[in-house]
Amino acid sequence: MQQTRYNARKSISRPSTVPSNPQNTSSSSSLPADSVGLVTPQQQHFDQPLSLACGRDLPGFTLVYETYGELNKDKSNAILVCHALSGNAHAAGYHSVDDKKPGWWENYIGPGKPIDTDKFFIVCINNIGGCDGSTGPISIDPDSGEIYGPDFPPLRVRDWVHSQKRLMDFLAIEQWAAVIGGSLGGMQVMRWALEYPDKLRHSIVIASSMKLTAQNIAFNETARQAIMADTEFHDGYYIKHNTLPRQGISLARMVGHLTYLSDDAMDHKFGRELRSGSFQLGQDSDLEFQVESYLRYQGQKFSEEFDANTYILMTRALDYFDLAREYDNDAGRAFANAQSSFLVISFSTDWRFAPERSKEITNALIAAGKDVVYADIESNFGHDAFLLKHPRFEAIFHAYMQRVEASCQNGQQESSHAG
Amino acid sequence: MRVEFDVIKQWIQPKSRVLDCGCGDGTLLLELKNSKAVDGLGIEIDHDNFNACIRKGLSVIDQNLDSGLSNFADNSFDMVVMTLTLQAVRHPDKVLEETLRVGKQSIVAFPNFAHWSCRLHLSSKGRMPVSKFMPYTWYNTPNIHFCTIKDFEALCHERGIKIVNKEVTSQDGRFSSLVKIWPNLFGSMAIYHLSN
Repeated sequence: MQQTRYNARKSISRPSTVPSNPQNTSSSSSLPADSVGLVTPQQQHFDQPLSLACGRDLPGFTLVYETYGELNKDKSNAILVCHALSGNAHAAGYHSVDDKKPGWWENYIGPGKPIDTDKFFIVCINNIGGCDGSTGPISIDPDSGEIYGPDFPPLRVRDWVHSQKRLMDFLAIEQWAAVIGGSLGGMQVMRWALEYPDKLRHSIVIASSMKLTAQNIAFNETARQAIMADTEFHDGYYIKHNTLPRQGISLARMVGHLTYLSDDAMDHKFGRELRSGSFQLGQDSDLEFQVESYLRYQGQKFSEEFDANTYILMTRALDYFDLAREYDNDAGRAFANAQSSFLVISFSTDWRFAPERSKEITNALIAAGKDVVYADIESNFGHDAFLLKHPRFEAIFHAYMQRVEASCQNGQQESSHAG
Repeated sequence: MRVEFDVIKQWIQPKSRVLDCGCGDGTLLLELKNSKAVDGLGIEIDHDNFNACIRKGLSVIDQNLDSGLSNFADNSFDMVVMTLTLQAVRHPDKVLEETLRVGKQSIVAFPNFAHWSCRLHLSSKGRMPVSKFMPYTWYNTPNIHFCTIKDFEALCHERGIKIVNKEVTSQDGRFSSLVKIWPNLFGSMAIYHLSN
């Protein structure tokens, strides 16, 4: 999934500051014209404790977030973008002209892009429990004065939604024009629609699911076990031991990564190409396939960037999510509470969040009598497809966002039969 | 707007829940939404049509009718509409029955293959009819199950489907008096309002 630029040590010592003035500094000429350009992350501390689903309280917390575009006068054009498992607040633009890579959803956020920064005010927040600036396992627990580590409270998707609501209030936004997210981000969108039904007009749920299947939970558990089995893990207190479970998180990332790609995509990208060695008879050199080298590189890179406790926490939140659990497992009944319109998107070769899961969401929305647009996009790129450019996905996303834009101009709930 | 839409409109109750199977660019659904305040949902597989529906602000899902309507509950719609679509599905009889499971009633419009021009084309040229109305050749046509008005009524009879209303139209409204007398010869399109 998403690339991060996290640096554990830097983030731990990052001071809590008053938010700087919003936001995109003038774009530089060396950056692509269809990019929002240079952006600066902001942060906001909330003193009020946050009651969590697990029964514990988070005694105050900091959210790091980025915004793109301008909030209009009546504050009707605000969009919340929710990130996925390994994502962060940096959804679009560049932090410096030297950045090699833009934000994780640069393909869909920018001037003239589906989430058009010329039309909307976009907010993307690094979720609590994350490791990219917002309060999480690598933050200091104010009660003990030590790093939370594995003692950071377990989180559920709704905890993120409630923390995001705090920032919404801080920004004095009364209603999101849309809440948008892919994968774990899509789960947050659906939770928003149920927890704060009158606080959003459109819900855009991409490559997501109302609950994980056993196979999906099994992948997550395999990844967690890889981390925990690393001798450098130290029951999660690796920072105290001045080390990182690099091997474990690297392996976890490799498992995750291969499930985000399709068989075809991997074959197309790597085939059986060798990076080193040869199959020639009589040669006894070490062989390395391109795919091995790639996965190892991705794993190693990730192990330096991403916190292992965050990875465990995020995958558990994924596993625990079950939209309809408290509605007698009746998804139609759950969605009956929603007031927004929905766009649901799946990708044909996504086997981690299969089209079938999105069809279940769509059918539940239809049963609940909600406005819904659903399309399954033909793509070879598996789950990762939602991050990549795709003509049909772009066309549908664009067309739908015109509706979102129209709802901003009305400044009202546009849905004909919401509720 | 297409002629059949005027006919269909008069059979739809205001504020009813309507499913349009093969809704095209959403012209009918939008008209029904505007004039009858229906709660509509479209099913469409053509990409351009699908996007046109989104732009019209309609609810629409990308679903192939050949894989059925099993995702819809019994009687979950007041009316299921299917215009110029029945002849393009793999199992028209099953789809027809499905429209009356999912909908309390249904409306089906299809081109009449027994129209005099088709008969003339086939009998004089000995080749499958190709016209402005049916522009495809036999091997590339999406219309794989053409039927006549008599065929359709025979199917309805066989499956116990009630014909509530029926309207047969001719192209450009020509020969309208002849259509009344010999619908299966002069009617180019038949529109049926059906129930179980």
